[in-house]
Amino acid sequence: MTLRDQIKNVIDDEPVAIFIKGTPERPACGNSMRALQALWNAGAPITAVDVLPDPQIRQELTALSDWPTIPQVFVKGELLGGADITEELFASGELARKLDDVLGEEREQVLKTVAVVATAT
Amino acid sequence: MAIETIRALLEEAFPDGEVEVVDRTGGDDHFHVSVASGSFAGLSLVEQHRLVNRALADPLSDGSIHELRITTKGRE
Repeated sequence: MTLRDQIKNVIDDEPVAIFIKGTPERPACGNSMRALQALWNAGAPITAVDVLPDPQIRQELTALSDWPTIPQVFVKGELLGGADITEELFASGELARKLDDVLGEEREQVLKTVAVVATAT
Repeated sequence: MAIETIRALLEEAFPDGEVEVVDRTGGDDHFHVSVASGSFAGLSLVEQHRLVNRALADPLSDGSIHELRITTKGRE
């Protein structure tokens, strides 16, 4: 599977996907940390993908999303935005409402990390 | 990337815009831009930020903006 397909699968299949620099345990960038914190505080389940291991990941991601910066947050396959939007929507309460709407209020909050690597077909 | 260049790109993209650019670290590559413009009317936050990102596409892609924070506001 190509890298782009793998990225697309994560975006489409995960309830909330975030592409960050580093890992949730060790974010390598303040903006990635801001977005992770806002998501977590809003009660989101989080699937994190580190873009740092391979520069191609970021290139393919940006080609798919038409969004130039990292982090990028997707809810049910749709781009929510970067760190600024995620924080803004958390602060206004809109993020929690949106998550309630699309994932239900009884959602389980888990944090997982997924690696994307191109595989030979 | 001087602040003035970023401001000029934003003012070109948002002729009615009230534009503010802050160099967050003094290192000339971490910026916070705030734009108030009528162009944002009816657009979602993602779409508003897309317009700002598009105006700054060149400095974003050549790496002269290392980090960009965006605040957008509508305007009568």
